[in-house]
Amino acid sequence: MAIERRRFLQAAGVGAVLGLSGCTGNANPPQANNGTTEESQGSQSGSGATQELTLATTTSTYDTGLLDALNPVFEEKFNARVKTISQGTGAAIETARNGDADVILVHARGAEDEFLREGYGVNRRDVMFNDFVVVGPADDPAGISGMSSAADAFATIADAEATFVSRGDDSGTNKKELLIWEAAGVEPSGTWYREIGKGMGDTLVQADQSGAYTLADRGTFLATQDNIDLEIHVQGPLKGGPTILKNPYGVIPVNPAKYPDVNYSLAMAYAGFLTSPEGQEMISNYTANGSQLFFPNALSEDPQFGQYVPENYDGGENASSSASVSDAQFESWVAQHVPEDF
Amino acid sequence: MFALGDLNLTYLVSITAVSLYVSTAAVALSAALGLPISLAVGFRDFYGKSVVTSVISTGMGFPSVVVGLVVLLALSRSGPLGTFDLLFTPEAMILSQTILALPVLVSVSLSAVQSVPQDLRDAAFAAGGTSTDVALLVVREARYGIVTALLAAYGRAISEVGSVLIVGGNIVFSDSTSFTRTLTTAITVEARKGNIETGIALGAILLALVLGVNALGARFRDRTPGRNGRGR
Repeated sequence: MAIERRRFLQAAGVGAVLGLSGCTGNANPPQANNGTTEESQGSQSGSGATQELTLATTTSTYDTGLLDALNPVFEEKFNARVKTISQGTGAAIETARNGDADVILVHARGAEDEFLREGYGVNRRDVMFNDFVVVGPADDPAGISGMSSAADAFATIADAEATFVSRGDDSGTNKKELLIWEAAGVEPSGTWYREIGKGMGDTLVQADQSGAYTLADRGTFLATQDNIDLEIHVQGPLKGGPTILKNPYGVIPVNPAKYPDVNYSLAMAYAGFLTSPEGQEMISNYTANGSQLFFPNALSEDPQFGQYVPENYDGGENASSSASVSDAQFESWVAQHVPEDF
Repeated sequence: MFALGDLNLTYLVSITAVSLYVSTAAVALSAALGLPISLAVGFRDFYGKSVVTSVISTGMGFPSVVVGLVVLLALSRSGPLGTFDLLFTPEAMILSQTILALPVLVSVSLSAVQSVPQDLRDAAFAAGGTSTDVALLVVREARYGIVTALLAAYGRAISEVGSVLIVGGNIVFSDSTSFTRTLTTAITVEARKGNIETGIALGAILLALVLGVNALGARFRDRTPGRNGRGR
């Protein structure tokens, strides 16, 4: 692309000037970049200005390549640019909690619910799911292969003190792993248990190198399979394994009442796109190494109210006075939003 | 040539351009801020000077991740500078790299400035030079060390990954053009995916780039102005 060469020269030549101007005067420097890029793309965008959407998401949606397939279609449809920041689920939620992202796509229902309860997220939708698998070296030193319970498998690994690599990064996978240890009644400790604080791909590579077991989401495992020799020893629910290994993904726009500067309408458009028949079909058709990685679950003729609110949500503090809940809610709206002298 | 997997040319050129742009701007900013500091500190004798120089050289050991976290807190929408919307932009990366490069640049150039003999400065003053003239003379005399300082700062900036990953967000657009992804953060992505060879190939490009910058610096350093300067 011509523009890249031009930027390259700019960078080498007048980087200093650009840097100074970027840091002092300009209120919104990134737009300068967009301006030139649009110019080079010319034909692609119409008259309206391109909007930007900051998406904070997990490494699993990014490293599998799914977002590389979905986002260009969204961008063209809505004349938008998506800035994807791929972190662990914990970090992605933290980014959104600080108001630095417009929308999140994550997989840890407990943490998502907390995010909703604190008022940072609104209009959560289920998007898709897959499952987790327990993987380890082909010779299976702890002998867990074919176990039907993930908790039993973890307990066996702990008994055998076979090396286990943990994400240790507060990601969705890490949260799930800790949940399973809890179910197994084991508090993992000792030199066989290694918290490494890295992404899923890194963790799989490290587990492979050190002949260790780990918990992986099936998507990243399938996408990374070419580079590693690990095998699945305990299947997830997609292939008859225990339900505790379920892995559902949700999309949550950031609450514009908390952060007025977030691009809420575009965030809603993104949630709408992911959950639309078109988006769902693209998710369904996405494969790596010949396997489908994610299974869409947003489309349903029956209501699925549970997806919008935290699990087991009881309607908040007014819930007990059942019939008057909506009345009380309406009265609080009046008190809050209608001026005294109306 | 390289085992670069499915990385296309647009992607490579644009992450390289972002790397160069961010590091060059950061070093330029550091030089604009740092050279006057090192001249001021180097020329004068004042109470607590050794403390100041110790503090500056301690800055060379700033962990880049910590600098990244501090800049993140400052630029976040919920932070003090949130209204400027700078987080996850190249400018945020320039800021954090400037903080990292500045102490390196000041420390190294300070020792270069201090190694210029006092008699030379006295002589220049005696010959009727203004303090600007004297400063220019000192810079010229110390240019070898100052260029080394610039190169050291550049090396610190361009090879750094911790802070730019945090404040830049490692963003690449869907048309493969980079917004805040640099060569170093691209390497972390490849490592995460287990594409070790691709990561190493990117590392080779980075190394070649640093080599080029150093060659450029060496040429500049060894060029003529020294003779004129010494003749005064």
